[in-house]
Amino acid sequence: MAAYISRRLLMLIPVLIGMTLITFSIVHLIPGNPAQTILGESATETAIKNLEESMGLNKPYPIQYSIYVTDLLQGDLGTSLRSKAPISKEIWPYIAATFELTLFAMIFAVVIGVNAGIISAWKQNSWFDFLAMLVALIGVSMPIFWLALMEQWIFAQELGWLPAYGRQNNRDPMEAITHFYVLDAMLHLDFSRIIGILKHLILPSIALGTIPMAIIARMTRSSMLEVMKSDYIRTVRAKGAGQFLVIYKHALKNAMIPVLTVIGLQTGVLLGGAILTETIFSWPGIGRYIYEAINYRDYPVIQSGILVVAFIFVIINLIVDLLYTYIDPRVKY
Amino acid sequence: MPDMVLRLKDLQTHFFTDHGEVPAVDRVSFSVGKGEVVGIVGESGCGKSVTSLSIMQLVPSPPGKIIGGEIQFKGEDLVQASPKRMKQLRGNEIAMIFQEPMTSLNPLFTIGNQLQEAIRIHRKVTKKQARIQAIDLLNQVGIPRAEAIIDEYPHQLSGGMRQRVMIAMAMSCHPDLLIADEPTTALDVTIQAQILRLMKQLNEENNTAILLITHDLGVVAELCDRVVVMYAGQVVERGTMREILKQPKHPYTKGLIRSLPKLSEREQKLYSIPGTVPRLGVGQVGCRFAPRCEMAFTRCFQENPALYELENGQTARCFLYDEIEREGHPDGGKTSIGSKGT
Repeated sequence: MAAYISRRLLMLIPVLIGMTLITFSIVHLIPGNPAQTILGESATETAIKNLEESMGLNKPYPIQYSIYVTDLLQGDLGTSLRSKAPISKEIWPYIAATFELTLFAMIFAVVIGVNAGIISAWKQNSWFDFLAMLVALIGVSMPIFWLALMEQWIFAQELGWLPAYGRQNNRDPMEAITHFYVLDAMLHLDFSRIIGILKHLILPSIALGTIPMAIIARMTRSSMLEVMKSDYIRTVRAKGAGQFLVIYKHALKNAMIPVLTVIGLQTGVLLGGAILTETIFSWPGIGRYIYEAINYRDYPVIQSGILVVAFIFVIINLIVDLLYTYIDPRVKY
Repeated sequence: MPDMVLRLKDLQTHFFTDHGEVPAVDRVSFSVGKGEVVGIVGESGCGKSVTSLSIMQLVPSPPGKIIGGEIQFKGEDLVQASPKRMKQLRGNEIAMIFQEPMTSLNPLFTIGNQLQEAIRIHRKVTKKQARIQAIDLLNQVGIPRAEAIIDEYPHQLSGGMRQRVMIAMAMSCHPDLLIADEPTTALDVTIQAQILRLMKQLNEENNTAILLITHDLGVVAELCDRVVVMYAGQVVERGTMREILKQPKHPYTKGLIRSLPKLSEREQKLYSIPGTVPRLGVGQVGCRFAPRCEMAFTRCFQENPALYELENGQTARCFLYDEIEREGHPDGGKTSIGSKGT
């Protein structure tokens, strides 16, 4: 087990090097002079020279790369051109916002998706199965921005039950501690604020969680159906086990192995690519942070934002791989 | 005749497939006495496994369904039994072991977990007691280092060891009937002998009746008291092990025995029954084996033979043993009209 984990961690190194090479290249892959591109058409010679000097753009590429990596290893993600603030400090609230949203979206997706998949497989070809799979099909096919807008229109505009955007009531903002607002509200022991923040989470979580939910439901169903045909399930039945024991102990654990992969991948996708949902719900997450940086040609922020997202993706995959060894005793490399 | 543990009467299990209705088990009748070992022999696809799954009420449904007949287990008809009652019986009074020890245990749970579960489904014991019983069972089936093996996972054991675990699991509640579906087919020959000896020992020690499903006449000779030969979903011959092996009556049984390789006759080409098992359908006319039978005559293709009782209690589903045929020559299809063969 320890050997497997350490080998798996060693395998991270080439991946991380590859990631930094790609993010490093972003600035240099733009046609023309990067300093010129950043400053725009009307920049003076001296301004360009100064920027090249301050960003180290006049040095040879290998030296630039080694400086870049050395800075990264010291936790220095560079400085935002727009706000002049260190990105490592600036980026945290955005990461926290995205994490919180992803967490709730995935809880929604996993709880509904896995259970719908189990019941569909259990009652195969029943009306529930047909209905659940129809909903899942609609879920994967629906454009998420449309779903998000419909949610806002129905639940915020027409019914007025839930807030349409933001993480909290902006007229009465809370002092952030961890920037995970639910946690922060708990730390403030402010019960009504917890409710308020949870209400803000509902619509974007459903919008963001719908596609993963549909994928997880379909995956769970097909995986369960496959497992239910296996010899060891017949053995469990032959022992006199009831349906509940068969399904929730023996079948589910086996069926979850491929589903876990999907959950991990989907979590990674949500953490990195929720720009649409974050924009519609004015959610100050990492997707919006990068999107705005692109609008302002804030290259250091784009670089670091992409690097952080990629890094999170890699870590999620690592966690999934480690979970396999916990679930399946046969996984030993 | 000893007390009967199991008595099948005209059991019919059909499969409803896209290609029509398939009578996988077609009016099968036989019985198993207390402490007796009965073998069901036949080629792949003859319905012997479906028969065993029907007894357990574990035929995959859909597409399979028991459409008629009785399965009397200690006087109780299992075809009519409720799902709840079947759960009480399965693993407790009727246990089953399967062909593939490699895939019959759940790979994600330890041997101990799965053994203790088998005990705790039917007996009110604590986890600790169940564990002690489980170790005891592993010792009984000859597993070395039982205290260590109990915490291991199936993939850490060999095929023979896994089959022993399966047997231990089946024996955990001292069943009256053990159904063994090709228990040694997937194992090496030396391991096969060990497993058969173990089953014989359990049969003698606990007086557990065994219904052994196999295609291997060697296994039958080793273990069985009586034999049921099945072909294409039907019983074609029944008798004691000695009778079936020494004086087979049905041409199919004769063919099966002829196709056994003999060490003494090395030069001879190995005999095989010509043709293959026919595709089954409802309402087929004629003996199922007739197309492959060397003895077949006109009547065999026109009527369905019944099971004819012979003097010594042996029965065979063949017109050769119909009284009318025995009086004349076994080629006169014309004389057979109006016979009792149905």
